[in-house]
Amino acid sequence: MRSEQFDKLLPGIGVLGLILLWYIGYWTRIVDPVLLPSPDAAFIALWKGMSGGRLLHDFFQTVIRTFAAIAVASVVAIPLGIVLGANEKLYRSVEFVVDFFRSTPASALFPLFLVIFGVGDATKIYVASFGAALVILFNVAYGVMNARKTRILAARVMGASRWQVMKDVILMESLPQTFVGLRNGVSLALVIVVVAEMFIGSVDGLGHRVFEAQQLFNMPDMYAAIFAAGALGYGLNIMFLLIEKSFVHWSGK
Amino acid sequence: MTMNAIAPVIGPYRTAFGPDGNPPAHITARGLCKEFQGEVIYDNFNLDIPRGKFVSIFGPNGCGKSTLINMISGLVPVGKGDILFGGKTLADTRIGYVFQNYREALFPWMSAFENIHYALKLRNVADAEARERVKALVARLGVKLDLSRYPYELSGGQQQLVSIMRALIVEPEVLFLDEPFSALDYEMTLFMRDQLQRIFEETGTTTVLVSHDLEEAVYLADYVLLLSRRPGRIADFPMVPLPRPRNDETLSRPDFVDLKRHCLEIFQREVRRP
Ligand SMILES: Nc1ncnc2c1ncn2[C@@H]1O[C@H](COP(=O)(O)OP(=O)(O)OP(=O)(O)O)[C@@H](O)[C@H]1O
Ligand SMILES: [Mg+2]
Repeated sequence: MRSEQFDKLLPGIGVLGLILLWYIGYWTRIVDPVLLPSPDAAFIALWKGMSGGRLLHDFFQTVIRTFAAIAVASVVAIPLGIVLGANEKLYRSVEFVVDFFRSTPASALFPLFLVIFGVGDATKIYVASFGAALVILFNVAYGVMNARKTRILAARVMGASRWQVMKDVILMESLPQTFVGLRNGVSLALVIVVVAEMFIGSVDGLGHRVFEAQQLFNMPDMYAAIFAAGALGYGLNIMFLLIEKSFVHWSGK
Repeated sequence: MTMNAIAPVIGPYRTAFGPDGNPPAHITARGLCKEFQGEVIYDNFNLDIPRGKFVSIFGPNGCGKSTLINMISGLVPVGKGDILFGGKTLADTRIGYVFQNYREALFPWMSAFENIHYALKLRNVADAEARERVKALVARLGVKLDLSRYPYELSGGQQQLVSIMRALIVEPEVLFLDEPFSALDYEMTLFMRDQLQRIFEETGTTTVLVSHDLEEAVYLADYVLLLSRRPGRIADFPMVPLPRPRNDETLSRPDFVDLKRHCLEIFQREVRRP
């Protein structure tokens, strides 16, 4: 019993260890104090920023862009992935293109999107959607293609039509893989949005905040923005995991 | 020689061994041909499966037992040939099919109840009536099972029982089972055999069971279809003239033991055939 309680505290050890190392680095001045402020300075900046300060505004801008990107990506990629997955020949014919652009760092495409869509929000959202969409597309198509043969046969032998097999079996079968795609897609979208926010023409967002704080040598603010971005990424992942668990309770069983 | 007037018989075949009962046929397969990638599995194969009887199919590994019931139930297209159910086509016939791999045959996103209910939904049975019918089936089979659970929350035997109920709920004219118990442990297998026997006695549905266990095949069957190696022929098709319900004592009856030995001899002859 006592050891179980102790086990729950284990993840805290890493956190405490990191903070301790940070203090040691700060006190011993191994690292230039201009680059490494004290942990309390960083956490005060985080606290102030997130309780109604500018950081909170930037945080929400990044959240909104990331969600917008994932929404656009889902609307395009999920139906397309289903169609491609259901027609294996069609998928094979576009597989190389999908894989190629899936492997291309989306950040490399940002200047191109800037030229096409201008410097507004749309560019950031679309370039993140582009990256996320390919990840989602790939996963949905594979989920559909790898639907268990036996389940499809089971439905067919019970008299299901092609459409019923598609809707009741193949779609459900592809859900776990679709959620894997969404989870990876949202992580990628966040990365791309934050990078895009560092580019010219940005006025807000966590990327902008980190970049601006660095330019102004406001290190506590910069660390605060980095932690906010980390918390956002971690939170999004947990959120999608929870959604996944309640939607596809059978996954992995 | 055939008692079936609907389709012509091509080539020689026999339906019964021993006390020649020549029961009326339910399923007639004529001139079946099937190959996989140039490998001939069936070449002009003919078969009659009697109505309202329990037929076990037994034969060498990879001889085409699954392929046979899959062709009959429409899961695998026939190369050539005709299959009729009392003169009707498959499209006009309600069938039930139980897969070996229950884990991959049930729908894990549906509870056990919904899995069974889904078979009726596909047949456009109104929801209220469908629910009543599931409850009635559960009561009739005397199944003690929490149907609100998801398949992955049930034991292997319970999952296979749900699969069998899903197949039975539409009151199929023919029930096919492909090695339904081979993924279960021995105790569960014995239990499920008797469940299946009870279900058969209760419903009198024409039942076709593929089994890799000769004792099980004989124990459950009215007729044992012994297949040859590829290309598939009927090696023998003996009747099992043992009274039902069968139980542990059946297994030690001399006539059971003799028949089992006979089947084993045929089987070994087929396996050793060059
Ligand atoms: N989809 C397929 N594609 C290619 N070959 C196949 C296919 N299905 C079956 N076969 C081959 O056809 C032969 C008969 O297969 P089948 O599964 O009907 O045999 P079986 O008697 O049920 O075997 P087992 O005892 O292993 O269950 C085997 O040699 C098998 O390899
Ligand atoms: Mg088989």
